[in-house]
Amino acid sequence: MIPELGHFTLILALAMAIIQTIFPLAGAANGNQAWMALARPVARLQFLFISIAFGVLIYSFLSNDFSVAYVAQNSNSLLPAIYRLSAVWGAHEGSLLLWALILSLWTTAVTFYSKRLPVFFLARVIAVMGSVSVGFLLFMLLTSNPFERLLPIPADGSDLNPLLQDPGLIIHPPMLYMGYVGFSVAFGFAIAALLGGNLDSSWARWSRPWTLLAWMFLTIGIALGSWWAYYELGWGGWWFWDPVENASFMPWLIGTALIHSFAATEKRDVFKNWTILLAICAFALSLLGTFLVRSGVLTSVHAFATDPERGIFILILLGFFVGGSLLLYALRAPSTIKGGQFKLFSRETLLLFNSILFLVAMLTVLLGTLYPLIAEALGMGKLSVGAPYFNAVFIPVMAPVALLIGIGAIVKWKQDDYKRVARQLRFLLLASVVIGVVLSVTFFDNHLVRTCAGIVAALWVTFTSIAALLARLKHRQNKLIALQTIPRGFYGMTIAHIGFAVTIIGITITSQHSVDLHERMAPGDKVEFADYQFSLEELRPTTGPNFKATEAVVKVEKNGVYVTDLHSQKRIYTVRNMPMTEAGIDSSLMRDIYISLGEPLDGEAWSIRLYHKPFVRWIWLGAIFMALGGLLAATDRRYRLKVEKNNAALVEETAASLKP
Amino acid sequence: MIKTGVFILFLVLNLSAIAADDPVEFKNPELQKRYYALIEEIRCLVCQNQSLADSHADLAQDLRNEIYSKVLAGEQDDQIVSFLVERYGDFVLYRPPLTKNTWLLWFGPFVFMLIGIIFAIILIKKQSTNKAVPTELDEVQQQRLTELLKKDIKRDKE
Repeated sequence: MIPELGHFTLILALAMAIIQTIFPLAGAANGNQAWMALARPVARLQFLFISIAFGVLIYSFLSNDFSVAYVAQNSNSLLPAIYRLSAVWGAHEGSLLLWALILSLWTTAVTFYSKRLPVFFLARVIAVMGSVSVGFLLFMLLTSNPFERLLPIPADGSDLNPLLQDPGLIIHPPMLYMGYVGFSVAFGFAIAALLGGNLDSSWARWSRPWTLLAWMFLTIGIALGSWWAYYELGWGGWWFWDPVENASFMPWLIGTALIHSFAATEKRDVFKNWTILLAICAFALSLLGTFLVRSGVLTSVHAFATDPERGIFILILLGFFVGGSLLLYALRAPSTIKGGQFKLFSRETLLLFNSILFLVAMLTVLLGTLYPLIAEALGMGKLSVGAPYFNAVFIPVMAPVALLIGIGAIVKWKQDDYKRVARQLRFLLLASVVIGVVLSVTFFDNHLVRTCAGIVAALWVTFTSIAALLARLKHRQNKLIALQTIPRGFYGMTIAHIGFAVTIIGITITSQHSVDLHERMAPGDKVEFADYQFSLEELRPTTGPNFKATEAVVKVEKNGVYVTDLHSQKRIYTVRNMPMTEAGIDSSLMRDIYISLGEPLDGEAWSIRLYHKPFVRWIWLGAIFMALGGLLAATDRRYRLKVEKNNAALVEETAASLKP
Repeated sequence: MIKTGVFILFLVLNLSAIAADDPVEFKNPELQKRYYALIEEIRCLVCQNQSLADSHADLAQDLRNEIYSKVLAGEQDDQIVSFLVERYGDFVLYRPPLTKNTWLLWFGPFVFMLIGIIFAIILIKKQSTNKAVPTELDEVQQQRLTELLKKDIKRDKE
């Protein structure tokens, strides 16, 4: 009975979503206040209903209700409770439900933090987001109902994919979806602005903090995914250019372009059409990502539970939203550009190049991801596009970004004197190059050119970011008070840029200087590797709640001094009879030591892989900085509620004058 | 005791006695480097999306062995690659070769970049003909501004 309650509330949620789409939109078109006023309560009701459905699915998992097909396919009575919870979004139906839940959560958040939005505008935003919800709820109810019953009821479930039985996977998908789906807010604002014709800088100011928050979540989500792949897949890799990774990376790239373009639109009233297009594009890529992951058109280690028929439905949704919004853009985007003027050498120009570079980077990833599909469809045969391709083309495209970040933080809006900027920057450039070269030569003895390039780029970004901060303090008497008056958004930018530098360091050093050894070891054997001594102490059988395993205990020493004991397991998850490697990792800021147990060889020996990965933590540390920067910028004083209330009256008034 | 335990575990888990993950030995570090570079760039054909280096599948092990013996036998990288391509097609290569079918793939990004730069230049030129937004406030707006500023000052004092 309870699963049917979940099904029923999903249908109610669909009804709410339909009302939420039609009435506010119609109300905004003919000025019907009552219809527009429906937007807020109906959106909240929709959230309530989806939450109930979600709660029901959680309950079905926790209570091992294997009469529900989805539970039977993805859980087992031996599965630990915490993974029964995360199994809710472990496969197709549940992740769609999570998608819908998060969409309605964002919509509800908009209904609460929108007091200064004009009623017409808010009604349209909520309606657009409602229409997305209609699409996804229909998709779920028609093709992927998570509450479908199973007859006869199996005695036990077929367990969650062992790859997903991991703490990282409990929070990775919700974070990623918060990011993905969060771009629907920017999309809603963009479409509402096109519909209402109020494309001014206040539109950018309303939309910007939402976009920053979504970007922050997406950054965290991608970093968590990379971290998970690193320790769970057992290969020591942290990014594989896998189609599914690319699917989440493309919205991130456009999201990054978008938050920068918003800066120019909000502050200087320029690139309005461009920003609108980027907002549409970011959300389109989120939908495309969902399509790529869920349809099974691309083979990938991450593509769990795929089904080509469902892909067609998402493709139709994708076509509807992308096609519809581009059509609207073509019809409604203002053709005469009004707005601020700027000279060639100005921050506006640099920000424009920023978004162009990120767009080109995204198109590159898109091309590489879809090329095998296109090639096959055109009868050019099957081919693979993998990491060697992406590394070869992506890095040259992104390299100018590092250079421009440094200049962009210093150059003034509207117009600047390149001689002044050159004077200010030449010392920093010299310092970056000299220190970078010295560091590379001192600490590394191979791959010097690439290492050096990466370190110089990171130093350049860091130095210029700090210089931009110091420039703000230059003529101030009391530096402490001056530090407090600098807006939070500026700190956010500085921290995010330094985070980018930290990630560059991590990527450069890890990819150039990681070493690994593939060794045959029996208990008692000792190997010397990367200045450490590894001895295999013992191999012992062990068991977990739903797996059996062999565990290797490896003692690590450096020059005879004990460092740590590493434990790596080769697990067999009994229900699916699937082997998994649990890596043993000793991590520190400067290096990770990573071991993974391979396969049994003859006698007592096993194959063991040892990895030494310098600076690998910096990759994710940088992402944490970037996310923190996004959070600071999103909570800048000018976006916060206190200010909103003070200006609410004024905004209503302005809105009234803008009424179509 | 441990020995028996591990042995029993093998039986229970039905692991094949033939190793699927044989470490290889090299006397020559140059050959070793080439071997690892090669297996990183060759796709495991039966896996979802993994290179030979990452895969534990039996076929991947066979191919690794094959590449290993070819490297030891003194074959050059391109000989080994063309052997694999002959057998399995271009699909086996993670770095697609530059042919007329892939020129769009390889040059596409630079074409995008070129288009992007041209687009940016056009946009910048276009905006220089923008009608500037009036910088002066009219009387009503000026009055409104003064009021707001007063309010702001009052609030800050509070």
